[in-house]
Amino acid sequence: MSNVTLTIDGQTVSVPAGTTILQAAQSIGAEIPAICYHEACTPNALCRNCVVEVEGARVLVASCVAQVAANMVVYTRSPRVERSRRTILEMLASAVDLSEAPDIQRMMQEYSADAQRFPQAERREIPLIDDNPMYVRDYSKCILCWRCVQVCADDAQFTFAINFSGRGYETTIGTFFGKPMPATTCVFCGQCVGVCPTGALKPKSEWLLEQGLSIDQVFAATRQERTGAEKRTRTWRRA
Amino acid sequence: MSDYANSAYDPAPLQGVLDQLAPQGRAALLPALQAAQALYGHLPEAATAEIGRALKVPLAEIHGVIEFYSLLYTQPKGKTVLHVCTDPACALRGGEQVLAALCRRLGVQPGETTPDGAYTVEGAPCLGLCDHAPAIWMGQKAIGRVDLQSVDDILQGRGDHPITACYGETKYLIGRCGKGRATTLAEYEADGGYAGLRRALSLSPAEVIAEVKASGLVGRGGAAFPTGIKWEGAAQASGQPKYVVCNADESEPGTFKDRVLMEEDPHLVLEGLLIAGYAIGAARGYIYVRGEYPAAYQAMANAVEEARQAGYIGEDVLGSGYGIQIELRLGAGAYICGEETALFESIEGKRGFPRLKPPSPTTHGLFGKPTVINNVETLANAPRILLQGAARYRQLGTEKSPGVKLFCLSGDVARPGLYEVPFGVSLRHLLFDLAGGVSQGRRLQAVLFGGAAGAFATPDQLDVEMSFEGLRSAGLPLGSGVVMALDETRDLRMILTGLARFFAHESCGKCYPCQIGTQRQYEILRRVADGEALPGDAERLADVGWTMADASICGLGQTAASAVLSALKLWPELFEAGNGKL
Repeated sequence: MSNVTLTIDGQTVSVPAGTTILQAAQSIGAEIPAICYHEACTPNALCRNCVVEVEGARVLVASCVAQVAANMVVYTRSPRVERSRRTILEMLASAVDLSEAPDIQRMMQEYSADAQRFPQAERREIPLIDDNPMYVRDYSKCILCWRCVQVCADDAQFTFAINFSGRGYETTIGTFFGKPMPATTCVFCGQCVGVCPTGALKPKSEWLLEQGLSIDQVFAATRQERTGAEKRTRTWRRA
Repeated sequence: MSDYANSAYDPAPLQGVLDQLAPQGRAALLPALQAAQALYGHLPEAATAEIGRALKVPLAEIHGVIEFYSLLYTQPKGKTVLHVCTDPACALRGGEQVLAALCRRLGVQPGETTPDGAYTVEGAPCLGLCDHAPAIWMGQKAIGRVDLQSVDDILQGRGDHPITACYGETKYLIGRCGKGRATTLAEYEADGGYAGLRRALSLSPAEVIAEVKASGLVGRGGAAFPTGIKWEGAAQASGQPKYVVCNADESEPGTFKDRVLMEEDPHLVLEGLLIAGYAIGAARGYIYVRGEYPAAYQAMANAVEEARQAGYIGEDVLGSGYGIQIELRLGAGAYICGEETALFESIEGKRGFPRLKPPSPTTHGLFGKPTVINNVETLANAPRILLQGAARYRQLGTEKSPGVKLFCLSGDVARPGLYEVPFGVSLRHLLFDLAGGVSQGRRLQAVLFGGAAGAFATPDQLDVEMSFEGLRSAGLPLGSGVVMALDETRDLRMILTGLARFFAHESCGKCYPCQIGTQRQYEILRRVADGEALPGDAERLADVGWTMADASICGLGQTAASAVLSALKLWPELFEAGNGKL
């Protein structure tokens, strides 16, 4: 494949055609923060934290999906870029619990984002859902990166147990008519837990340990629940 | 499936609908959900599961779709749902008071249903009845200029049936509008209708495109993209089949032009769509009408049927050898579906999330195929361009903005209505000479220009030229042609709060800047309007606004703060802490 030459932060870069701006920037050591991006998922470019300024473009460009072009001039930390990244991080912090999202916390430091920037903001506070023996769902920590929905669907498992509820700021991840997970098509593969970046999805045993249970208690509790759930799942599948 | 047992649910009538729709698969999801809701009053879980099986859509995804659209309900609603518009044009004339009075009379809160199941009362986003504010939409009926003295009449569906007054200096687009009913095919033909399509069919598709390019026609939905170039792109794209789509999801607050064109002159819109279809070689066309416009949908459906019988639609249009089928879709309550790629997703039976661009619709549009999507008013221009030729079309308007434009005048204006003028007249001419100026003899404070996604013009800008170039140099967006007058007594912070509420309600929630930004913007403006601004709120609004403008995925987020940013620049004192409520 032919190479494309462009300028990133004043530095000339030559990369194969088809490379994303994010990859091209990484190749010269320019760090671009990305929240929703995951190498195993189809990129949706929805967190917009990876935006960069491209000369001649009306708006900022999501570098995780935008491909390099010949003679492109890219700025990864221009004032417009910095304002957007900082404000997005501040808004995220005003909406959800980021206490178990160390990557995002690091970005907030890097961009001098003030977690208290938006006083009196309505937070997304949602009661924790503990409806199955394998994992708990704490959507107060959910940043709507979509990864769990994607791996449950055609990015990995083809199980289609979860999707979205609501719209806009009220969006959450939900099941068909809000059914508990064992009553859905969920196969408890754990892919969603594996890609969750904020601790919103967490193995049940880990959560129980955090609640102060001993390992023996955790084992007893989850074993009992697992047996019951397997029976329920089998019954439901036959119905 | 005993899990879905529901005693009140009779699956038989739905089965007939699903047998018909099943071959379309997921693309029939919205029509199937709408049919089920018409049968059962809401969407019972069992019916929804049945639809999923018939159309082969995962249940979680169907639920996600239902949850996305405001007009799809999983819970029983009243037999009559009263949608009370509370967006700016109606709010100026007491829309909130109408909502409160209806709720009081029925003893419910907004969103609730009366215990007897007769009524549900809901606040509604702009219903496109701004010239008849305050307005209500209930089932198949709309009522304008609601009189609070007669709340019982409203409940009975009695009231002013809104007929939009059509004014202006030319009558190219709205010559057959203003009479309160649809022009029939016979009337349309007698008035020279479908001659533009006949001329188009006598030319090659490339010649049609050349004519449209030469006319200088640009899109009237808000983005002002050159129509001929769009058609050329789809015509030259390699995929098959190709689609042509009429974007009739008019939802921009203050806009009602497309509703009037569809309700009163549906064949003009249809003729434009057929010309576009021929130009790009589309095998199928879609007309996507917003869910709040059942009358426009019906008028377009009737016109499609008339045209089909007359041979304008079918496998061999007027013996030309060109074949096209036209399908109608009714939206389900989502402003975002006016965004072209979100509209495609909606037709495909998905949540109306905008797609990433590139690729553009001309190569990867509906069902991933080359697609032309044009606004109603844009298409309505095509017949005359084909009939009279580009040169004559360009005799009106300005060099850079040829042709005529529809403007929707509402708010504090003496003669609200739909106005057709050549591009290039001044705002003063439109607002004062033609529309009679500010109502009740008051002074003009500002004009909201372009819609919710618009900006404010001040009285010292009255001589601005109403053309793309004239407005651009004045820093004003033409948008969808909204001119909403605001008199000296209005608190602009209330208007801004209303706009912000609209965007917070209509954001799809996909990208962070808009998902959270529209909510934060609304919260801040609410306290600003209450006279309780916090120190730093102006900077917060600017940061949120510029972040949405710069970093959002689609046009909704990119313009959700444009009116706020324009007000911040014009009247910074409005946003200062300690500036009390008016």
